[in-house]
Amino acid sequence: MPKTVAQKLWDAHIVTSTQGEPDLLFVDLHLVHEVTSAQAFEGLRLADRRVRRPDLTVATMDHNVPTRGGARAADELSRKQMDVLAENCRREGIPLHQIGSRRQGIVHVIGPELGLTQPGMLIVCGDSHTSTHGAFGALAFGIGTSEVEVVLATQCLPQKRQRDLAVNVTGSLPIGVTAKDIVLRLIGSTGTSAGQGHLVEYGGPTIRGLSMEGRMTICNMSIEWGAKAGMVAPDDTTFAYLQGRLHAPKGAAWEQALDHWRSLRTDDGASFDDVIEIDASKLEPHVTWGTTPAQVVPVTGRVPVPHSETDERALRYMDLKPGIALADIAIDRVFIGSCTNARLEDLRAAASVIQGRHVHPKVRAMVVPGSTSVKRAAEDEGLDAVFKAAGFEWRNAGCSMCLGMNPDILAPGERCASTSNRNFEGRQGSGGRTHLMSPPMAAAAALTGHLVDVRELM
Amino acid sequence: MEPVKRVAGRMAPLDLADVDTDQIIPKQFLKRIERTGYGPFLFYDWRARDNFVLDRPEYAGASVLVAGANFGCGSSREHAPWALRDFGFKAIVAPTFADIFRANCYKTGLLAVTLPESQVRHLIDLVSEDPTVEVIVDLQAQQVRGDGFSYRFEIDPFARECLLHGLDEIALVERHDDDIATYEKTRAGWLPSVK
Repeated sequence: MPKTVAQKLWDAHIVTSTQGEPDLLFVDLHLVHEVTSAQAFEGLRLADRRVRRPDLTVATMDHNVPTRGGARAADELSRKQMDVLAENCRREGIPLHQIGSRRQGIVHVIGPELGLTQPGMLIVCGDSHTSTHGAFGALAFGIGTSEVEVVLATQCLPQKRQRDLAVNVTGSLPIGVTAKDIVLRLIGSTGTSAGQGHLVEYGGPTIRGLSMEGRMTICNMSIEWGAKAGMVAPDDTTFAYLQGRLHAPKGAAWEQALDHWRSLRTDDGASFDDVIEIDASKLEPHVTWGTTPAQVVPVTGRVPVPHSETDERALRYMDLKPGIALADIAIDRVFIGSCTNARLEDLRAAASVIQGRHVHPKVRAMVVPGSTSVKRAAEDEGLDAVFKAAGFEWRNAGCSMCLGMNPDILAPGERCASTSNRNFEGRQGSGGRTHLMSPPMAAAAALTGHLVDVRELM
Repeated sequence: MEPVKRVAGRMAPLDLADVDTDQIIPKQFLKRIERTGYGPFLFYDWRARDNFVLDRPEYAGASVLVAGANFGCGSSREHAPWALRDFGFKAIVAPTFADIFRANCYKTGLLAVTLPESQVRHLIDLVSEDPTVEVIVDLQAQQVRGDGFSYRFEIDPFARECLLHGLDEIALVERHDDDIATYEKTRAGWLPSVK
């Protein structure tokens, strides 16, 4: 029977399937970070259990790490959390990329760049943006701390089979429009929960034309419309990205892997429970105006008239009036970072807008590379100099102001143009106001001091 | 985990859709390494504001939270159900839940129950008019019932079994140890390993 790539991945990971129970799935890679793991390790200890497969488990520090000043700049609780992770990893023999090490970074950035994330794998992490790894044709999803404990103990996870949803993107992306705009438009038209209970396959010529970075941006935000996982079937773009990376197969193993990876595509005649079509050729750069990622409009548009209590609440929180042009909204801060948009390609795109210009005097702008190795690569090609000359702060890697667990937060009332994934109330700091957009759009906002169509600066 | 069969008590209405886990428990409280003690931080930013529903004396001691659609969206933080539990809630009724949040609730022993929008609306109207109204969320019978109404809810049968019997999920998986070992032997040699 013809199968979708998602169902192929699912079936390939079934350890056992029992009538009336969820399928028991085997986890190929378990990514661990400091914020959602301590209680899981403690649970193991209390039950006298050990980590079953430390060789399939990788830890990093990302959520609460300071982006300047090293571990010593962290508050006491954050430092304690990092220490506890280090101790847990040491005891269980789990490799850890800690703050200050050259492979440290946001968990969803380092997995791919180390070649740990490969097609056909099942990957979990105690973080909702684990869907990022689906860009490689992997089945990847976020789990809670109790499930982290289950995976640590057994390397397996009981899961109920999900439905199939296809997102088919056609048409060439216009200049100034990015993968971020595709996913923001998608969430804007489907709402915050349309993906619930679904494994989403993003396909179509536009997706095929995207780099791995662009595909990761789209898969990353699958959770923002409620999907269990998002994925792109692997192709030559995927293989070219992987070849030669630290943990990618080498020699004969590479050829064997390639043979298998090429089979990971949706069969002709396989059916989806639903298909969503997007025409990318008509897309404009998008910006959120509210407090969910679905509250989004083209930057050429206006703040909409509210048509629900949720909209009214968002407008109050964001201190915006219906009908004002997006381009008339002044900003105080710019954040270029996060697992959505802090890879090298994102920094290049932002730098190309900034080159030779200066940050608006009323704006404080920062770049937080997604990983230490992204930072180093950016420095090797001089991007740091472009950002610094323009007046950006150039920081160390981490989640930083995407969720504000470290000292990088908005003050109450501050308004931020952000390349991250969530514009929830207080997400970047209590009382802070977030507008989500692509890296070039955030760069343009930094220069002009207000939300602006980046195409005007190109 | 303690078995959960039924929850009986008063309700608190949170008549909002898309309540995300950042609201339920803001990030600054995720730095703790304990599994308990999150109750005082539940809806921390909202509780400081004017007349938030959980601050009103008439809803003190409620054990059933009735909320809008897509409750618990966003971050996977299990601290969200921990905070709801520690605050005193034992069940949450909403038209829909975000998938990760619902799974986390079950692991925490919180009954996350979905009812159609109209029935949730009825519960919210009911408790808004009379905060002393009591309901029973009965997992055994798969019903939310009160004076003059009884609403059936659907729930994943396996999650229901786990809750009713307080089953330890790890122990359940460990029953399949032989299958896991067999599976491990069949894994392709090229798959990454960090040893």
